[in-house]
Amino acid sequence: MDSLIIQLLTGLASASSLFLVASGLTIIFGVTRVVNFAHGSLYMLGAYIAVSLVALWGGQAGGFWLAVLVAVLAVGLIGGLLEITILRRLYRSPELFQLLATFGVVLIVQDVTLAIWGPQDRFGVRPPGLDGAYLLLGHRFPVYDLFLILLAPLVLLVLWTLFNRTRWGALVRAATEDPEMLASLGVNQRWILTAVFALGSLLAGLGGALELPKGSANLSMDMQIIASVFVVVVVGGMGSILGAYLAAVLVSLIRTLAVANAELSVLGITMWQLELVSIFIVMAVVLVVRPWGLLGRPERLHKGGLPVEATVLRRPGLWLKAVMALGILILCLLPILGAGNYSLYLFTEMAVFALFAASLQFLMGLGGVISFGHAAYFGLGAYGAALAFKALALPMELALLAAPFLAAAGALFFGWFCVRLSGVYLAMLTLAFAQITWSIAFQWEGLTGGDNGLLGVWPSEWAADSASFYYLVLAICLACLFLLRRFAYAPFGYALRAGRDSPLGAEAIGIDVRLQRWLAFTLAGVFAGVAGGLFVFMKGSISPDAMAIPQSVDALAMVLLGGVQSLTGPILGAAIFTGLKAELVSLTNYWRLLLGLLIVGLCILFPRGLAGAGREMAAWLPGRRP
Amino acid sequence: MKRFLLSAAASLAMLLATTTAALSQEPIRLGDLNSYTGYAAFTHPYRDGWQMALEEVNEDGGVLGRQLRVISRDDGASPADAITVANELVSREEADFLFGTLLSHVGLAVSDFARQKEVLFLAAEPLTDNLVWDGGHDYTFRLRPGTYVQAAMLAEEAAKLDAKRWATVAPNYEYGRSAVEAFKSRLEELDPEVEFVAEQWPPQAQIDAGSVVQALEEAKPDAIFNVTFGGDLARFVREGEVRGLFEGREVVSMLSGEPEWIDPLGEDAPEGWIVTGYPWYAIDTPEHNAFLEAYQERFDDYPRLGSVVGYVALHSLAKAIETAGTVETEAVIKAMRGMEIETPLGPITYRGIDQQSDMGTFVGRLTVQDGKPRMVDWRYGSGADYLPSDETVRELRGEED
Repeated sequence: MDSLIIQLLTGLASASSLFLVASGLTIIFGVTRVVNFAHGSLYMLGAYIAVSLVALWGGQAGGFWLAVLVAVLAVGLIGGLLEITILRRLYRSPELFQLLATFGVVLIVQDVTLAIWGPQDRFGVRPPGLDGAYLLLGHRFPVYDLFLILLAPLVLLVLWTLFNRTRWGALVRAATEDPEMLASLGVNQRWILTAVFALGSLLAGLGGALELPKGSANLSMDMQIIASVFVVVVVGGMGSILGAYLAAVLVSLIRTLAVANAELSVLGITMWQLELVSIFIVMAVVLVVRPWGLLGRPERLHKGGLPVEATVLRRPGLWLKAVMALGILILCLLPILGAGNYSLYLFTEMAVFALFAASLQFLMGLGGVISFGHAAYFGLGAYGAALAFKALALPMELALLAAPFLAAAGALFFGWFCVRLSGVYLAMLTLAFAQITWSIAFQWEGLTGGDNGLLGVWPSEWAADSASFYYLVLAICLACLFLLRRFAYAPFGYALRAGRDSPLGAEAIGIDVRLQRWLAFTLAGVFAGVAGGLFVFMKGSISPDAMAIPQSVDALAMVLLGGVQSLTGPILGAAIFTGLKAELVSLTNYWRLLLGLLIVGLCILFPRGLAGAGREMAAWLPGRRP
Repeated sequence: MKRFLLSAAASLAMLLATTTAALSQEPIRLGDLNSYTGYAAFTHPYRDGWQMALEEVNEDGGVLGRQLRVISRDDGASPADAITVANELVSREEADFLFGTLLSHVGLAVSDFARQKEVLFLAAEPLTDNLVWDGGHDYTFRLRPGTYVQAAMLAEEAAKLDAKRWATVAPNYEYGRSAVEAFKSRLEELDPEVEFVAEQWPPQAQIDAGSVVQALEEAKPDAIFNVTFGGDLARFVREGEVRGLFEGREVVSMLSGEPEWIDPLGEDAPEGWIVTGYPWYAIDTPEHNAFLEAYQERFDDYPRLGSVVGYVALHSLAKAIETAGTVETEAVIKAMRGMEIETPLGPITYRGIDQQSDMGTFVGRLTVQDGKPRMVDWRYGSGADYLPSDETVRELRGEED
């Protein structure tokens, strides 16, 4: 019993660390609606700046706390600058577009941190006075953990007071409810948003700086925390600070219990196998039961009730058709025109990702269903093909046919739960399912080869050379893209868009919106699965990385880069993203910095995505203006 | 003045002549890929290592009268990205050989690519033994001692201790699991009385250190076998020290003597741990002294283990090509099997049977001297003494005698 209490207290300390970071994210999201991927980067910067300052000023109590204070303010300042220079320009963009910009910021910060602080981890110091341990119930319990346990409720109280008992807090709440009304009352709401963003960043920095006494500042901190923080924010209900605290406590305690009973086995699954995925299981359960998190309010969707800004999908004009035909012709002729093996390989990769991105766009753009976990179906397709090839010893041709089935099964099952939700909650539920799928692939070593994956999945003899394989992939991807297009203009596609644009109206004329979305979810999964199947034969191997979060984020980046509201957008986005990344990697080891800068630059230049920019430009062509 | 001009012209002419001679021979191209952005702490010293070797080889006139050129890429710490890069290196950059990689799953994916494309791949750093055993094949060689050897060396030291009740903590992935498996089976062989009373498998890079330490404490083991590294190690050490986990307990720890992983801890490095590592400050052999001096002069920094691995990897390829007398893959593979090469750690051999080098590692106890982590009472164990028997290797590789 004593040891259980100690374990729970330990979990509570972890919860406090998590809450500090999550509170910042939930504030930012609640007010600005920005899905801020860079929050983990701000957390990392907080730790690095603090560790440098401590080294500079010495580890005495004064030096330590001053270092933390300055680091926290510095991160707040960085956050504010980020908002002013980048995000402020994107508030009028389609929702989620800021996500792409913050993704670019993540890449930039990773390389900048490496350049400034070097590759070696920086071990943190413990603040004097808080470095020892109390004897508690016969166990030694760190003083610092007690400090964290007490600090979190204090921060919670301060934030609550700030938002509920000050004039500034009232303005912020007004800005959240109705920014335009606030603006017409003569309040400069731009600065309110900036201040909120700075405050959120400051909290991320605080979380990072206070993490130091428990370990080190290192270059993977940003990625380690970001997923957990999103989970906490969503489980708590986005925008709810108290909810974030409760959620942090919930997921931390469950994790602690999993660790404490690591060797306990239930239904053949041991607890340690569940540890990492436990928070995603918690999130899935919470969202299925409470679609807006513990303390969240039903999401007020964007004006007109659209989670994604929608435009009318027009059939392409003659011009565009001619350009597309020419493009396809050139793609078909590439090997004959003398493209080298590597170029063909890159084009193969682009084709695969174009299909993957297009399947996500189908879901997001037409169905209004945002997915943060689309890689699950890509990965299921890849594993389906690889398992058919390895375990069932089927030839490549049949293995490729098997790919969509596993993906379809997964999408059909998970989709049923997901389409009951909406907006970012729905997106986070897809993420939870993707992580659960990932962890199955990761842990089921006997079947999937675990983290090392399945090797030796190469194309059949006839398709082994780059040109033949390219043609095979091109043919399949083009066929699938045409099919997706066909679906978009079929009655099903119209029903889907009707459900997206006006769920009530659609229901009123007899469209079962949820069913349409479920079908779209499954269909998107199927096509992602086809892409996954091709992917595994292109790479020759598959590991759980293919369905990890970065893969989902890449797909999102491709879609957003190209333009959510265009069927050609994701193809363009995938080609540019894949090609750019490959070329930058061969150009420099600072490819993340350059890719990040390019993404941010493209976001600012083309706030409606590339296809959106194309459309705007096309509107200026002679004879095209209404 | 005239004389000066003449001599200048003459030397210029000579310079031109030598340059054109060198230019007439295209350099031999080696493709290097590693996690330079994802795992910079280990890979940057590695890059410095091969860089220095490259300069040495080229100053000595190169290989087969041709200069060596290394085309280096980031593998993105992901198998899929690594395959893209490997393709680029082989197809566009026309690299004759591939070397590098750190992460096991990346190493395995590239190894499989090498088999498919019939390119020689020297896996420099990945620890998974699948590379040379279960998944071994003709095109992949591996330099660094794998998980099995390192764990077996530690098990030997562990068997000398009085400890009977053991707990293990290892990252939840193949490396952690095979390290624990190898350690367990070897230790049980050496001392049948030991029992393993608790195991913890924190997710890699995401350890919940407080809970892990508490759970281990609960099991009251005599000793602990640790496999965590990097940020996880820092957290584990910190929580363990504050909560008194290490008091009166022996800790045996994989890789924790490698400067890459232990130096960040500085004076907080855990004293008394038995670790594998690289005591560059204390190795007093002519070959290591020469390496150390050259390295410090070149980079104004001390070498990490990665530096040695990178340095030896490039020299190994150079020597194999030189011995083969050609850049033909098959001939170089043949030359490399059984090839012996001098390294800063002494001579090593690439075994013919599984293409694994018998480079060893150092085992010793950690201590702190002048605020810096140091290994003391260390010894070097050659891989040759710890690699499994030929029979076992053949069985693992699925080969019939």
